[in-house]
Amino acid sequence: MNHSAERSVTTYLTGFVLAVILTAIPFTLVWGGFLSGMAVYAVIAVAAILQVLVHLVFFLHLDLKSTPAENLFFLGFAAVLIFIMVGGSLWIMTDLHHRMM
Amino acid sequence: MLGRLTVDALPFYSWVAMGGAAVTVGGGVAVFLLITYLRAWKVLWTDWLTSVDHKKIGIMYVVLSLVMLVRGFVDALMMRAQQAVSLNSEGYLPPEHFEQIFSSHGTIMIFFVAMPFLTGLINIVVPQQIGARDVAFPFLNSVSLWLTASGAGLVLISLVVGKFSQAGWTGYPPYSGIEYSPGVGVDYWLWALITSGVGSTLAGINFIVTIFKNRCPGMTFMRMPMFTWTALCASILIAFAFPGLTVVAGQLALDRTLGFHFFTNGDGGNMMMFANLLWIWGHPEVYILILPAFGIFSEVVATFSRKRLFGYTSLVYATACIALLSFTVWLHHFFTMGSSSNVNAVFGIATMIIAVPTGVKIFDWLFTMYRGRIEFHPAMVFTIGFMVTFVIGGVTGVLLALPPADYLMHNSTFLVAHFHNMLIPGALFGYFAGMNYWFPKAFGFKLDVKWGIRSFWFWFIGFYLAFMPLYVLGFLGMSRRMEHYADPTWQPYLVVAALGALCVLCGIACIAIQLYVSAKNWGSARDITGDPWNGRTLEWATSSPPAPYNFAVLPQVGDIDAFHEMKIRGTAYQVPERYEDIVMPKNSALGPVLGVLAFVLGFAMIWYIWWLAALCLVLSLVCVGIRSFDDETDVILPAAEVARTEKARLAQITPDDLHDMRDFLPVGPASGEILPGRA
Repeated sequence: MNHSAERSVTTYLTGFVLAVILTAIPFTLVWGGFLSGMAVYAVIAVAAILQVLVHLVFFLHLDLKSTPAENLFFLGFAAVLIFIMVGGSLWIMTDLHHRMM
Repeated sequence: MLGRLTVDALPFYSWVAMGGAAVTVGGGVAVFLLITYLRAWKVLWTDWLTSVDHKKIGIMYVVLSLVMLVRGFVDALMMRAQQAVSLNSEGYLPPEHFEQIFSSHGTIMIFFVAMPFLTGLINIVVPQQIGARDVAFPFLNSVSLWLTASGAGLVLISLVVGKFSQAGWTGYPPYSGIEYSPGVGVDYWLWALITSGVGSTLAGINFIVTIFKNRCPGMTFMRMPMFTWTALCASILIAFAFPGLTVVAGQLALDRTLGFHFFTNGDGGNMMMFANLLWIWGHPEVYILILPAFGIFSEVVATFSRKRLFGYTSLVYATACIALLSFTVWLHHFFTMGSSSNVNAVFGIATMIIAVPTGVKIFDWLFTMYRGRIEFHPAMVFTIGFMVTFVIGGVTGVLLALPPADYLMHNSTFLVAHFHNMLIPGALFGYFAGMNYWFPKAFGFKLDVKWGIRSFWFWFIGFYLAFMPLYVLGFLGMSRRMEHYADPTWQPYLVVAALGALCVLCGIACIAIQLYVSAKNWGSARDITGDPWNGRTLEWATSSPPAPYNFAVLPQVGDIDAFHEMKIRGTAYQVPERYEDIVMPKNSALGPVLGVLAFVLGFAMIWYIWWLAALCLVLSLVCVGIRSFDDETDVILPAAEVARTEKARLAQITPDDLHDMRDFLPVGPASGEILPGRA
């Protein structure tokens, strides 16, 4: 096994362990009932976003040096759109909820 | 065994249903007999249906679109006829038919006319504009086409077996839920959307990769033709917006089929979320339809004004701005849903802002025409008609962007008039301009000008007659989708609108005659050089119709209007030093097979025939497996054959066929000697 293959196995394993931890945290919190209300949602959201980053960095080998600028641009664009769509939906739906409940 | 499919699904319960079924079946049988009579089945299968050539796929997309345009227009005509006569009476259409007709009209026009038309034009033109030999994924392209076609097939067969949705083209729950719409109609709508939506997403991804990876040497982003730019932005919108539609349709399908509660009244469902998710797709969709048309107008206006496009850079940035902003305005489709004034104000302002880059574009086109030598080709006439009419739609749109005004106009015929005012000139006129402009590229002969101009005038006048009365009716308080009404002051306007629809019918007839006349006289309108309009961009450098490989030698680009520059410098139509072997993708029967499987899968899901659905799913996976283990998907075209083809082409071109480029040579101090006597 050459050096780069070794490194890539290490990368995948690191990514896998991190992903498992980031998955375990929300499950533990919910099952164990350690937190409640908004705090749970906040932790789940943060863990989910971190997990997306873990996948991109460790599984898709994305970094700021070797990845072409246009791919990063697209990813940034996707991030902006997801922020607009998810954030906008949350805003709209909570606003409705407060007014109509 | 057959789920809920019984003999009652056949349309023998009313004359309207039987008529629709008879026309659909009759049309299918007529096409079948015609192909058999022409003994064209083998050619059709080997040269067209299984083809992975982007030009042929593009042509098939446009043919699908034109067929569906006729179907969707018949719906429109029936609605206008009904409303013209149904003052204090039932008219001739029972409510359940009227509801199906307005639902299928919207669904067909958006998903099966506009989408395939623009995808077809992008397919035919973009690879040639960027100097590529094919799209990035030719087989995927064929799959996209067949998924779209299978969605269209589901809409068509709903006329014969069962009923279509009665919930409008937006299908808001809870009305479209299983509780209030227990039949198969909404399921037909959902599965048509899901199958064609997947096809569109794949096509969008394909075009993004093609434009990013397959550009010829020298073609930087800021040298890409405007149509390629708009196609790129529209494809990005497709890739990001269409998954939203697929998800929301999937959720509603789960609600209906498996008893989920995403959008139901009770059990924690929230039907407001449906409106929210639908329009997260729906507003970008508007720009998906319009941006490529803007690209076509940009190409047409530059070519037929004989000038370089004014403000290329500003057009690129305007397009990119529209693409981003189109994701920030979706709430304006449901201002009246009950959001607070803060939310409504933010989305209202965003909606007004998006009119700015669109206005920039209008001015760029006007300045391109300014002091140009305008040639009134049908493509150019459609473009001018668009500019005049589209501005009216834009103004009414900015009016509707004001939430207080929207509260008055919401769901009225004013809204109906507004979005038709955007989409008919904004999208359809663009596609017609594109059809007139690129037809010789696709088929090797020009379309008849006389009938093209006639079709324009009928469409143009028909549009104004059909939709200006609807603006007035909106102010008079008429709601959309009314099967009958009691206010006698509305009727005159509705009669005028019906006359407008008849006028548009003449416009469609003119297009049919134009195609027929042009095909009959094709020999006298041949395009020998491949450049009938003295075009500016690279697609005119290929022969008409292009060889399968488009470019024998990939071009080298040094300017925005690459081909125009080549003609001026005399480097066009040159014989290269040597030709190379060209690797081309092989035709594949799996595209149509997957399309048929998707169609049967959708049909089985609609009628709850579970075993058939499972079978189709397994067979589709088998097809994917077969394809992934196929190692011989390419075929090599030897250099000698390429040389033969190219030689035959260049031999046909005589110097008389070429355009006189002397007028376009740079003049003034930059090129000539500096004039004496000036300080």
